[in-house]
Amino acid sequence: MKLPLTGVINLIHEADEMEALTANRCLATVPFGGRYRLIDFVLSSMVNSGIPKVAVFAHRKFRSLMDHLGSGANWDLHRKQSGLFVLPPSMEDQTDFGKGDLYHFYRHRDYFARSASDHVVIARSHMVCNVDFAKVLDQHRESGADITVVCKQTPEGTPGLARKARVDETGRIVEMQDHFGRLDSDIVSMEMYVLGKELLLDLVETSLAQGRDHFVRHSVLSRLNQLRVHAYMHEGVLGVVNNIAAYYRHSMELLQPEVWRELFFKPSAIYTKVKDEPPTHYRSGADVTHSLIANGCDIEGTVTGSILFRGVKVAKGAVVRNSIVMQNGVIGENGALDSCILDKDVEIRPQTQLRGSSEVPFIALKRKVI
Amino acid sequence: MRKNECIAMLLAGGEGRRLGVLTKDLAKPAVPFGGKYRIIDFTLSNCVHSGIETVGVLTQYQPLVLTQHLGIGSPWGLDRREGGMHVLPPYVRQKGGTWYKGTANAIYQNLGFIESYDPEYVLIISGDHIYKMNYDLLLDAHKKNNADATIAVISVPWADASRFGILSVDEDGRVVEFAEKPKNPTSNLASMGVYMFTWSVLKEALIRDEADRQSSNDFGKDVIPTLLEDGARLFSYQFSDYWKDVGTIDSLWEANMDLLEERPSLQLNDRSWRIFTASPNQPAQYVAPTARVQGSLINEGCVVEGAVNRSVLFNGAQVGEGSLVEDSILMPGAVVGKNAKIIRAIVGEGAVVGDGCRVGSVDAAEIAVVGSGETIRLPEEQKEAEPV
Repeated sequence: MKLPLTGVINLIHEADEMEALTANRCLATVPFGGRYRLIDFVLSSMVNSGIPKVAVFAHRKFRSLMDHLGSGANWDLHRKQSGLFVLPPSMEDQTDFGKGDLYHFYRHRDYFARSASDHVVIARSHMVCNVDFAKVLDQHRESGADITVVCKQTPEGTPGLARKARVDETGRIVEMQDHFGRLDSDIVSMEMYVLGKELLLDLVETSLAQGRDHFVRHSVLSRLNQLRVHAYMHEGVLGVVNNIAAYYRHSMELLQPEVWRELFFKPSAIYTKVKDEPPTHYRSGADVTHSLIANGCDIEGTVTGSILFRGVKVAKGAVVRNSIVMQNGVIGENGALDSCILDKDVEIRPQTQLRGSSEVPFIALKRKVI
Repeated sequence: MRKNECIAMLLAGGEGRRLGVLTKDLAKPAVPFGGKYRIIDFTLSNCVHSGIETVGVLTQYQPLVLTQHLGIGSPWGLDRREGGMHVLPPYVRQKGGTWYKGTANAIYQNLGFIESYDPEYVLIISGDHIYKMNYDLLLDAHKKNNADATIAVISVPWADASRFGILSVDEDGRVVEFAEKPKNPTSNLASMGVYMFTWSVLKEALIRDEADRQSSNDFGKDVIPTLLEDGARLFSYQFSDYWKDVGTIDSLWEANMDLLEERPSLQLNDRSWRIFTASPNQPAQYVAPTARVQGSLINEGCVVEGAVNRSVLFNGAQVGEGSLVEDSILMPGAVVGKNAKIIRAIVGEGAVVGDGCRVGSVDAAEIAVVGSGETIRLPEEQKEAEPV
């Protein structure tokens, strides 16, 4: 069934402290979970919820984004009608780049005007989760809220940068602060905002007319008194992944079978770009435990507490512990890794040893030979 | 190859009777192979890599799983505006319709399809075999010999020769004799069921074959021998890489085990010749702290908590804690519970082997098979008595 909701994945000024991992790519395409990119989670959630039309508002370093999304076929979004729209910034003026997201919403307003649905969901790419937006829309309609924000109760010390919110007993958000706010609350915003299309277009115009151009800050946070902004509490797994500590922590959480099952299967599957890698070959002598291994790997050494992306080679005698090795990584004979994050195509020469810590993992840039 | 210079007709109607319960609900080309694929993926991928972009797939027996798998050919990049992959089941005409009576009749019934592409050459292949072959080289040889038909051949052990269509050739590679499953073979060159025809020759041969009431309408039994009798230019094309007909439980099991060698003669991890397939889109496989995996091929979506030794696990297969899977194949979604033992066995798609069960054994003469969707469980009292 089609859900009368139009999707937007807003990559404009996404809070990004991913250091080397976003040196040449946007946050949305940071590899995650052995075979995915961060954007796959929200995009798949939208598709599985029955959202027929999704726009990705691209902003910076979007080469890898275009490559990853392609026609949208892998998410079943290559459609005759609706489907996937990747909208780069219109850039009519050199200064456009630094302007807030509302300015770009305004430039892309035809996208909203042309959608048949009367509701819109504006989301970000760095929330690792599996959400059913149909339920969010149901609650939004029943509660009579102007805006519904998907929120999650998180344990203390969760490392990702997120907005904290205070919610009253009726479910209304009475206070919400920017990422560095000191609000004492364990409820964080998942940065998914459901609202009527007319209201959105109105907020875009009025905020811009007042010289304000940030959607959440100026259209939502500063209007908590005038608008009824409600929280929808997400029950499933959540990883707010926008800094290295969060990236490492939430990656390693996937090694808990219950997290693996919940994130990848409930309520529906997460899709990604298909690579046609063969099954992984565990050779005699391989010793693999407590790890997440993607296809196309060739393992002769030891791997434990780690995540191997597609096409990784672990040679004889090599030991990979508590590490994340992205696509096509090669660990040479007797190489040793502990608490490392290797970006794509990194080669570790034989006998080389690298060590980081769970707080500060060692990070190797894409295509490095160490 | 230039556009439509050559098109392929892929015979995929095989029942695969000797695969028993594994082909109860699906055609032989749809039988899972190699931890990820279905048999037909190899020939379809070969076509794409050889530059053949128009492929007619002739289906007949149990087409549901096969046609779902094929879709509109997207996994192989064969969803094209021009050409691409077409599924061709038998159909009904004004004067009624018939099943495909034989391999040659299947092509005969689709003369109209081939004519619509007006090719110079037609490649006839079968979706029953596992091999990687560049058909473009076969076409080159065909043209160089100015042949009417070129038959790909492979040397087989003399002892097995009587199970194949056997060709005798002269020093130029021209076929002088063709015998289908001969009792006393005079050569060990077996036909691989891969034929390159000059279309005008094939068309005429098919029309004549159809008119012959005595004919069983089969390429190996009828069309090729008749062409040979008539003095047509039939050539052989020697192929020397891995090729296997996985027609029996034993050969299916063996071919899967072949992939586990240190240097497999059929290399799946080959970036220049990827085997494409419909992706089940499942997460990376999870190998638990209690797992031990050696000498095996494991696909996405699997959860391994027990020991897996020299085995092939398809997508979504699960092995519970304390279980041992050895020299075996777990088809897609097969679930092995805790403390079970699977040795020299094939567990079919979606089958369940309950806690503490045993399937197969080291010294059994035959490979044990659990059919697709079957469930095996211990009787309750036995479960309690079993030391686990």
